[in-house]
Parts: sequence; C-alpha cells; structure tokens
Amino acid sequence: MSATVQTGPATPAGPVSGLWPRRPLGDRAFQLLALLSGLLVLVILVLIAVTMSQQSTQWFTTAGWSGVFSADWDPTNNKFGAMSFVYGTAVVSVIAIAVAYPLSMGVSLLLNEVVPRRWAQPIVYVIDLLAVVPSVVWGLWGFAVFIPWLQTTIYPHVASAVNHIWILGNLFGPLNGNYVSGASFFTGGLVLAFMIVPIVTSLSREVMATVPGADKEGAYALGATRWEMIRGVVWPHSQTGIVGATLLGLGRAMGETIVVALVMGSSPTITSHLFTPGYAMPGVIANQFGEATVGEFRAALIGMGVLLFALTIVVNLTARAVVERNARRIRGSA
Amino acid sequence: MAAVSTQRTADLREPSGWRRAKNRLAVGSMWFALLCVLIPLGFVLASVLVKGASVISWQFLTSSTIPPNVLPANFGGMGAAVVGTLEITAFASVIAIPLGVLGAIYLSEYGGNRPLARLISFLSDVMTGVPSIVMGLFIFTVWVIPRGLSGYSGMAGSFALACLMLPIVIRSSYEILRLVPDSLRQGSYALGATKSRVTLTVVLPAAAGGLVSGALLAVARAAGETAPLLFTIGAVEATNSNIFSGSNTALSVQIFDNVLQPYTGAVDRGWGAALTLIAIAFIFMIAARLVTARFNRYSR
Repeated sequence: MSATVQTGPATPAGPVSGLWPRRPLGDRAFQLLALLSGLLVLVILVLIAVTMSQQSTQWFTTAGWSGVFSADWDPTNNKFGAMSFVYGTAVVSVIAIAVAYPLSMGVSLLLNEVVPRRWAQPIVYVIDLLAVVPSVVWGLWGFAVFIPWLQTTIYPHVASAVNHIWILGNLFGPLNGNYVSGASFFTGGLVLAFMIVPIVTSLSREVMATVPGADKEGAYALGATRWEMIRGVVWPHSQTGIVGATLLGLGRAMGETIVVALVMGSSPTITSHLFTPGYAMPGVIANQFGEATVGEFRAALIGMGVLLFALTIVVNLTARAVVERNARRIRGSA
Repeated sequence: MAAVSTQRTADLREPSGWRRAKNRLAVGSMWFALLCVLIPLGFVLASVLVKGASVISWQFLTSSTIPPNVLPANFGGMGAAVVGTLEITAFASVIAIPLGVLGAIYLSEYGGNRPLARLISFLSDVMTGVPSIVMGLFIFTVWVIPRGLSGYSGMAGSFALACLMLPIVIRSSYEILRLVPDSLRQGSYALGATKSRVTLTVVLPAAAGGLVSGALLAVARAAGETAPLLFTIGAVEATNSNIFSGSNTALSVQIFDNVLQPYTGAVDRGWGAALTLIAIAFIFMIAARLVTARFNRYSR
C-alpha cells in the first residue's frame, strides 16, 4: 500500500530512520561535484601565479630587479628591461579612463535621470554593442581607418596649436620639430576608452539606480532643477560606487591586448609626448611571443604577463573593496 | 483690487535664468557624451560592413584553404578560420558552461555564507578581471610547453577560452539562481526531495532562461577573443576539423595576422573575416537578448 503513496518525483530516497537520515550517495556526489567546480576558480588562479612565475624566474634571476625595471629592451643583445612597457600601459590606461569616465558618467546620468525608461533600454542595447565588437576588430579599424584619419586631419592641427603652450605643448605638441604619429599613446587610449565605456556605464548605472527615489523627489519638491538634483542627491550617494566602477574599467583597459598591439606604433619609448609611438605590456607579449622561442626572451615575456596579472589583480581588489564598502554603507543607511 | 493683481510676484515654479541655463548645459553635455560614444560605434560598424561586404561570398566563407597573403581578395577565403572559430568556441563552451553553472550552484545552493563560498565568490570576481592574454600565456605554460610542438591545438585554445568564460558564467548564473524564490525550494523539500533533486528538477528549470542568456553572452565574448588563442592554437592555412590534435586557426587570429600585411588582398580578407566574426558575436548576443525577453515574460 505504501508503494502507491510513494510514487512520483517526491519519493524520499533512503530509509527515513532518524531526524537526519544519511543522505543518498548521489546527493552527496552532486554536492561534491559542485564544490569541485567552485574550487576550480581557486585552483586556476593559484596555477596561473605559480606556473607562470616559474617560467619567468630566468628573467628575474638573470636581469635582477634593476634589469627588469630598466628601460632597455633589446632582445638581440639580451637586454630585457620592461620599464617602457610598464610606462606605456600606465599612460594608455590613464588616457582611456580620462576619456571614458566623463563619457560614461554623461551617458549613465542621461539614461537613469533624463531619458524615459522605454527609451533607455534600446540605447543600452546599442551601447552594449561596443562591448560585443571584438577587440581585434577595434584593432583592425584603429589601424586601417582611425590612425590615418587622426594622423592627417586631427593630430597635426592640435599639435601645432598647442606647441608653445606650457604643459599642453609637452603632452600634445610635436616631438623634435614636426613629428606626430597617428599610431601613438593617445590613439591607443582613445580606442581603449570606446571599449570600456559600456562596462563603466553599466556599473555606474547600477550604482545610481540605488539612489532612493524619495530623496530625488524631495529635491525636485524643493524646486531643484534636474542638474541640481543630480549634484545634490545622485552624486553624493553614488560617488564611491562610481570610483569602483571606474577602477574596474581601468583594470579592463590595462589588460586589453590586441588594440595596444596594433594601434600604438610598437616602439618602446618613454616620453611625455602622447602623439608619438609607444608600447604597452600586453602589446609586446602579443607581438613578440612568436619570435621568443626559448630562453630569457620568452621568460621575460611570460614575466611581463606575471606583472600584468599582479597589476590587474591589485586594481581589481581595490575596486572590489571600494564597491563592497559602498554597498555596506548603503545597506546601513537603508 | 486690480492694482494687486497687476503686481509682479516671483514665480517659484520656474527656476531662474542662470539655474535653467546650467541645467540645460548639463543635460546637453550628457547628450553630447552619448553622441561621442555612438559615433565611433557607427564608424566601426560602417567600415566593417562596407569593406567586409565587398569581400564576403559563399566561397569566402567555405573555402578550406586560406590563400597566401600576396593573392588578391577574390582568391580563396576564410572557411578554415570560420570552422576553427566555431569548433574552438564550441568546445570551450562545453567545458566552461557546465562547470560554471555547477560552481554557481555550489555558491547559491550549498555555500550559503560559509567562508569557503565567500572566498570562491570573491575569487571568481577577481578572475573576471584577469587579462585574456594572461589566460593564453597560462595555457601555453601548463599545456603547450610540456608537449612541445604537438601541444598547439584547437583544444589548447578552447582551454584558454574556457578559463576566460568560467568566471563570467559563474557570476551570471549565480545572480540568476539567487532570484529563484525560496518557496519553490521549500515546497520541494516538503515533498521529501533530496537537495540535488531540488536543484536539478526545480531550481535549474526555474532559472533556465537566465542561465541560457548568461551563457550565450559569455559565448559571444569568447568567440571574438584573440589573445588567448595567439600562443595556443599554432597556425595553419587549411581546415583542421580535429580540435584535439594539430594546429588550428581562428577568425580573430587571422585578422590579427592580416592587419599588418602590406598586401591589399590580405587586408581585404581581414575585413571580410572581421565582418564574419562580428556577425557570429552578434548572433549570440541577439540570441541572448531574445532568451532574456522570453524569460522576463514568463517570470512576470
């Protein structure tokens, strides 16, 4: 009789002998499987750090710290200094953020506070297309279309206009007389900026969406204009979260490879002039790994990968910490 | 009383001229920012469409040998790379999607607030930020170096892509699984189901739409990646339908190689490959959007 009661999917597995019956083997196996899949993340991260460090020890031991951080990169003469690539990565990432930050703030405020909701969603879809365009396509376009255009119609005019202005001349002026290049630090930063706008925008919008509606309505009720409401309510509320979003964008920009390999001009240089060719860490790895078959050359490129890994992890940890603290603050005030 | 009504009073409903101007300026610059974002996007898509469409033909998409760079664009095509991209991405998905969903199941169903679960969740966030080229170098060091030249294969590329996709799938699946109402779980427990059974037959089906759309977005992202494949798949010019052995090729890698070529034929083939690659990525993204739209309709 009990068999008829127990048909169907809800059949209790195993004898119900106590309050905590022994769980059936399949159930425990499934839990173990899920746990192992979760642990895979830990395993991969540890393996990345350990194996890549091992492969690059030759570089660190042969060159020493002074060699690693010298600006002398000359593979044919066994000189593997990474400084100009570290510099290039820092400069393009800063340019990318400096361009992407105002654009993303403008777009996210527009979508969250100005545009009616039914228009916001289609605009988001279009902006997300920026993130779906593969990086190699950005690189191809940057190299074949954007660089020639910048080199002939934009950079020379900007350079000659600011040539003798203090600081601006050092940044955007021509190097050694009349030289500006389309393939440059600035072009790399610009293209990276377009690529990270979607991620910074969507994260900032998430942060701005947590602003309590009552606060916003309160500001409007006091007669604030939309901009005054944004300055007085949305901005103070979401500032730290936006810093976190921007840092995540920075991490993205630092690790983006193909664009910096193609549009920066591939010349290891340290200069303040942004319209001249430079080189970034991921770029040199992508471009020269094929030639680096053995020995210290390969160790140096893998070592540069380790540096990049460490740098992005630091930036990401900082970003997460900022976001986390902000989330706790919001929960606390709610 | 007529004198009173003609007297001017401050109109509190309208902000003063200066405040209104500032507001206009701010909103205006927001629209300008949107324009600055959309123009490059339009510029890129237009370039790829115009230059790619003139190269693409049925022969371009299916020919099994990529011709030497010196030949003009009407010779041969990228069929080998199309096959490579599809099989490498497919195998990466086969690895990463089940593992990612299982990892997310651990986090949402078993982990709770345990330190280990919090650590895994935190590390998968960290892993999302690891540059794709580092994943390529990683697979190169652990897979290709020990095997030498025979280490280069489509499978090695799939491993690198899978490393990239795994944290993305975990993240998106976890967010969806958390949305499944607890009452569903409790209802099935009350009927005597085991935890694995509840997860597999109640929680997963309830979250299916979101899981599928998150996975499709991860696939769209992976299909366009170049850096993880550069050092892992080797290089060939002919279709290699066996991903487990022998060098392979992919659209993204071909574009990267062709960009810097001095021959117009090679560059034109690069544009054709770019259009094909964008189309593949867009198909996955649109599929994800459609699934999301359906999912939202059901859950409402």
